[in-house]
Amino acid sequence: MEKITSPEQLKALQESIVAKRDPDKACVTVCAGTGCLAYGTQKLIDNFKKEIKDKKLEDTVSLRSSGCHGFCERGPIVVNYPDKTFYQRVGLDDAAEILEKTVANGEVIDRLLYEEPVTGEKITLETDVPFYNKQMRLLLAQNPEIDPVNVDDYLAVGGYQALGKALSAMKPEGVIQEVIDANLRGRGGGGFPAGWKWDATRKAEGDIKYVICNADEGDPGAYMDRSLLEGNPHSILEGMLIGAYAIGSSQGYIYVRNEYPLAVTNATLAIENARKLGLLGDNILGSTFSFDVKIVRGGGAFVCGESSALFASIEGRSGEPRAKYVHATDKGLYDKPTCLNNVETWANVPLIINKGAAWYQSIGTEGSKGTKIFALVGKINNTGLVEVPMGTTLKEIIYDIGGGIPDGREFKAVQTGGPSGGCIPKEYLDTRVDFDELTKLGSMMGSGGMIVMDDRNCMVDVALFFLRFLEEESCGKCTPCREGVHQMRIILERITKGKGKEEDIDTLQWMGEAIADGSLCALGRSAPAPVLSTIRYFREEYEAHIRDKKCPAGVCKALITYTINADCTGCRLCVKPCPTQAITGEKKQLHTIDQDKCIQCGACYEICKDAAIIVA
Amino acid sequence: MSETITITINGREIKAEPGTTILRAAQSANIYIPTLCDNDELTPWGSCRLCMVEITQKQRTRMVASCIYEVADGITVQTETPRVSNVRKLVIELMLARNPYHAKLKELAAYVGVAKSRFDVDLKECILCGECVRVCREVVGVSAIGYKGRGNERVVATPFEGPAVDCIACGSCSYICPVDAIPLKEENGIRTIWNTEFAMQKCKKCGRDMAPIKQLEYFQKNYNLPDNHFDTCIHCRT
Repeated sequence: MEKITSPEQLKALQESIVAKRDPDKACVTVCAGTGCLAYGTQKLIDNFKKEIKDKKLEDTVSLRSSGCHGFCERGPIVVNYPDKTFYQRVGLDDAAEILEKTVANGEVIDRLLYEEPVTGEKITLETDVPFYNKQMRLLLAQNPEIDPVNVDDYLAVGGYQALGKALSAMKPEGVIQEVIDANLRGRGGGGFPAGWKWDATRKAEGDIKYVICNADEGDPGAYMDRSLLEGNPHSILEGMLIGAYAIGSSQGYIYVRNEYPLAVTNATLAIENARKLGLLGDNILGSTFSFDVKIVRGGGAFVCGESSALFASIEGRSGEPRAKYVHATDKGLYDKPTCLNNVETWANVPLIINKGAAWYQSIGTEGSKGTKIFALVGKINNTGLVEVPMGTTLKEIIYDIGGGIPDGREFKAVQTGGPSGGCIPKEYLDTRVDFDELTKLGSMMGSGGMIVMDDRNCMVDVALFFLRFLEEESCGKCTPCREGVHQMRIILERITKGKGKEEDIDTLQWMGEAIADGSLCALGRSAPAPVLSTIRYFREEYEAHIRDKKCPAGVCKALITYTINADCTGCRLCVKPCPTQAITGEKKQLHTIDQDKCIQCGACYEICKDAAIIVA
Repeated sequence: MSETITITINGREIKAEPGTTILRAAQSANIYIPTLCDNDELTPWGSCRLCMVEITQKQRTRMVASCIYEVADGITVQTETPRVSNVRKLVIELMLARNPYHAKLKELAAYVGVAKSRFDVDLKECILCGECVRVCREVVGVSAIGYKGRGNERVVATPFEGPAVDCIACGSCSYICPVDAIPLKEENGIRTIWNTEFAMQKCKKCGRDMAPIKQLEYFQKNYNLPDNHFDTCIHCRT
């Protein structure tokens, strides 16, 4: 690779790459995001490679293993370009058949098509799949188009052109103004305007300034940052480069958790390739601007996503936050002015520079512009990454895109904002999702996790789950978070065991407010949110546990019993799965559960075809 | 010299040098704010959260730890509000669950109006104020102890919870601990601290124990003192 020494040369390189590629050539795109790889997709990719080689199809078919396509529920995913025939739940041995039928003969393989669950209609093209066509994919759009390890792919879709534009046609102040005008708000959760942060870092005194990409995504169930970094690492680098140019920084860091091995690998490779092309290093694109990026791998502590703890971790100390009374933009990493933004925030930057603040402003709501990627997980038909304009309602996300709740069950709540977010009940499904609206409901945007719950989720149990997570992830520095969350967890556990006291709800609320007021960092300040929001919206469930010793959702084991009613046909299906041999009954006779032996595992309930097992 | 800053604490105007914390400014004016992890000799740490106060700046009111928040022009501080009181009560109740007996905690509990902790006692004595870790690192300069674990599992410990290899047995940690949670024992010419035994240097004249040999060696090395500098105790020196 030769170094590119001017924006013109960059443009020329892009044009030459595009010219060499035949847009009509068949290209089998296999999603190789972490989710699909977990289905065993690597074997599918290897099979495609082997088939193409064996049948000498290299000239007519190309193969692309791309980043995450987002429809993780339906992996492994294969999209056949150029017409974008969409195959889902592809078998690992289906490569030969796809090449023979679809690629060579244009024949559609019916069994691999997506079937609309309500109408039963089979959908052939990716662009017609409701999960995709109801989204607005700006950041994720490139994921299927590029192989993350191939920098040419990124250049071919116009990569680094925003950097070229910034360096050749914009002053640093102009770049900052563009980002301020676009009203890009931090996607890591805080929603702080990125442009202001850049401006403060630029104006801060200091010989060295740092820009940092926070890829320490730790919310359970959230993986949009991972998918961006592993699927399109150059877009993050480009965003950081533009930010560094605007701020006057020469050194950047990507802080990525070690549990994201593919993101680490792809980002490392992207940095190496960018260096080879002269897009990182000295005098980038022939300008006076020099910048380089290092990768620092995190050890998996949730609190290291908090900026000051993240700095401590990069500096080699244990990840403990410090009070942010001095802004990181003045004294951050190594006490130097530092601008830290989340992966998704950086990914927005090239878009804004390419298309302008006015365009960006046209998307979203009054106070929140652009799109947001949500990780839609839990009791939802279409698990996956969903990118929608700010202001899309919860209902649209959960029902129109997410396909609603599986097994015809009833929606109960959605947890937004990760473990320290809150649970939003069905009365608020019409809420337009943006930074301000979610905060009003006692939850938050967070980094964009969305965990959907149905009527079989106990809200006390849910609060307990998140509190356990936060208790474990508390660094232990300040008293309210370390001891307070611990004690709240003990009280919640007591409630789920039927030993709750009448005053527990008041105590939890009082503690929650004091912990939110008294904790040192955002982890502690928001830790009570899952408890406070579930008390706010599902108080009667707490009361049922405490007063009636009942778990209405049938989850808390100490408060439920399994019995068999008259609908039992005596099929004996439930007898075998019972781990404690608690179920007895002859064939075609009514079965019974011995309550002394039953451990409330629910195995019988899951397997019963007659709905004869009653949880109460 | 930079200019003096004027802030208002509980309605009183108070002047302070830039860089002064709200806590120190309050103390200089004899306004009491309870603290546990604060010590004049140590870097402000902000971990116990007992010194929380409510400040109003540019019409925005929020809670801050007064031991680390520096004075700035136009700040109005309230040290006794319902929010402040709630945080203090919670902190004290939580600490009493770790250490229900110590006089210092009982005294603070009485001040903030807590008669009894509503939480079950899980006796740990140490309240993790971190003064010991800071004094060892910042004043003594050996960093013989640190934190192990996180969250509620956090403890102050020697490396790998083994013998205190870098400790010089000076006892500063035990001395500074506000709740006397670090035992230090001295008998038969041996000082025991952090489960490690340290031989004491005897005065060559009177035979009395002077100080741990390791501590004296540390001084000799760091201050280039002659080999025989600590041969005799302070009482026998002329």
